[in-house]
Amino acid sequence: MKKFETFTGVVAPMDRANVDTDMIIPKQFLKSIKRSGFGPNLFDELRYLDEGQPGMDNSKRPVNPDFVLNQKPYDQATILIARENFGCGSSREHAPWALDDFGFRVVIAPSFADIFFNNCFKNGLLPIVVNEAKVEELFKKVEATNGFELTVNLEAQTITSNDGDDIPFEVDEFRKYCLINGLDDIGLTLQDSDAIKAYEEKRAQQAPWLFS
Amino acid sequence: MAGKTLYDKLWDAHLVKEREDGTALIYIDRQLLHEVTSPQAFEGLKLAGRKPWKLDANLATPDHNVPTTKEEREVGIEGIQDPISKIQVKTLGENCKDFDITLFGMKDERQGIVHVVGPEQGATLPGMTVVCGDSHTSTHGAFAALAHGIGTSEVEHVLATQCLIQKKMKNMLVRVDGELAPFVSAKDVVLHIIGVIGTAGGTGCAIEFGGSAIQSLSMEGRMTVCNMAIEAGARAGMVAADEKTIEYFKDRPFSPKGDHWDLAVQYWKTLHSDADAEFDTVVEIKAEDIRPQVSWGTSPEMVVGVDGAVPTMAAMKNDIAKNGLARALEYMGLVEGQKITDIHVDRVFIGSCTNGRIEDMRDAAAVVKGKKVADNVKEALVVPGSGLVKAQAEAEGLDKIFIEAGLQWREPGCSMCLAMNADKLGNGEHCASTSNRNFEGRQGYGGRTHLVSPAMAAAAAVAGHFVDVSEFA
Repeated sequence: MKKFETFTGVVAPMDRANVDTDMIIPKQFLKSIKRSGFGPNLFDELRYLDEGQPGMDNSKRPVNPDFVLNQKPYDQATILIARENFGCGSSREHAPWALDDFGFRVVIAPSFADIFFNNCFKNGLLPIVVNEAKVEELFKKVEATNGFELTVNLEAQTITSNDGDDIPFEVDEFRKYCLINGLDDIGLTLQDSDAIKAYEEKRAQQAPWLFS
Repeated sequence: MAGKTLYDKLWDAHLVKEREDGTALIYIDRQLLHEVTSPQAFEGLKLAGRKPWKLDANLATPDHNVPTTKEEREVGIEGIQDPISKIQVKTLGENCKDFDITLFGMKDERQGIVHVVGPEQGATLPGMTVVCGDSHTSTHGAFAALAHGIGTSEVEHVLATQCLIQKKMKNMLVRVDGELAPFVSAKDVVLHIIGVIGTAGGTGCAIEFGGSAIQSLSMEGRMTVCNMAIEAGARAGMVAADEKTIEYFKDRPFSPKGDHWDLAVQYWKTLHSDADAEFDTVVEIKAEDIRPQVSWGTSPEMVVGVDGAVPTMAAMKNDIAKNGLARALEYMGLVEGQKITDIHVDRVFIGSCTNGRIEDMRDAAAVVKGKKVADNVKEALVVPGSGLVKAQAEAEGLDKIFIEAGLQWREPGCSMCLAMNADKLGNGEHCASTSNRNFEGRQGYGGRTHLVSPAMAAAAAVAGHFVDVSEFA
């Protein structure tokens, strides 16, 4: 996994609550057996005016001019802001893969669905929970300033804008550590192989039907 | 000290190690695999030169992509018309072969939707931790198991380590007490619950469903309720074990045998929340308040009783809610205040991991028996959840009832629930669907999904529009 470093990027507004993972990446693109290449189909049904299928030349499809990611400078955005319950629905990890492939590094919302939230951290994408009032302020700033940018510093756990506003945020220690160091957590867990084996021995005594 | 909740007991029994940062390693007893969310996990294992930690903890079957017509299925994998779907199903077979994982392939009678197959085989058991790269894994909580969906990175993590890195969730209790009215099913119960607590109501929680109305449900019904815990925002839903739970597992192929059965039953009897257990949140619902439900919008919380109407702008609490309603009405082609019974349906889908079990087939067949699908309904599909459900339904003659009424009797798979195969809605078509999600485009580009119970879907198929099945039958 790539390391998460402090960066400054353009903020794209997605003014919707309950953005679901079907919306982030529609099911026809889940037929791929790869982890990459989902970016051009991120928000496919909102982004294009026709029905997308895998294998299409997306550069030739009619785009929806009203959709934010089709507008400059948001087509280069690396931070997405949205309303509550972002990422609800299906557990498809293709959703963070698509956001990452498009170029997003951070999603800011008042709340996230659990599975999506968890999947982000496995892919170097940082979901940040910011209270509803602050998110509303960010939407207003994005509306008022063309190309509004934020700086995200994971080490210090802050989101900073040019106007000097500093928003602190919370993140789990373990997840922060893995993101900053780009660590694969399978390797970390396997360091606890002895504990896993000890658990299995004990459990096999109590519940032998699970180990026969 | 307060007693333990069912979730506390399941968590404690699977705790391998607590870390200082508050995360924990949790042992996983069973992983179910399907073709869509596993290829990248197997690829990761191969690239790192890792092997599955406990081979027999895994069980695989293709479900999302498989075609459902007899003609295609008789050919097997080569019968899959879509070349990309075919590669995905083939890849699952190759990966299972390479790693020696048990696979119920397309031509195996035991094939079906993972969440129907697991319990049916006794591969899901009370007290287990069960995971799958699919959010509807919460289904298995019906058996007092701790079961939830995971992403593909976690599928790989479980394959390699038999563990998940987790933070303990909060305890939420949803109690439904009283007696359900005739024709009010488990599906109506869970849709009503989601309507009350919202699609984020259970975020961060494991929901235990309790109360006399939940206890009165069959195991199939409890699966339907737990299946949609995720639509209430909770990764895991569960129901305490009782005599029905134990009875369900007698003589299943993967169930414990002999002495192990007796030992297991003793343990299973402890799988309930203690009387003095404390929950972080408790929601109480009266069974008598639950009407047959129909979703009208593009989120499962946009749901109302069949005797109700689409909400009005004036009833929305703020601008975000107003925007949400306006967008949903536009997508669904409905107007505010419209009566639910005035919504016509173009297609009907009966099946999915929510409602693709034998009891669901029986409920739907009882409604359409001796009747005909309405002229305005272009297609009505009945898709059993597994090959064994299909065989059972055929043994009971249900297939004939459906076919005589003008519905199509298909081969098992996820089918139109998410339309990854050829079964999908056309642009703008309304569907009475027994599936679990009514998101934009979920059942086909521009498709308009209305979530209902099997009996309500069957009634809509015959009437051509939504009707109260309790007055209709």
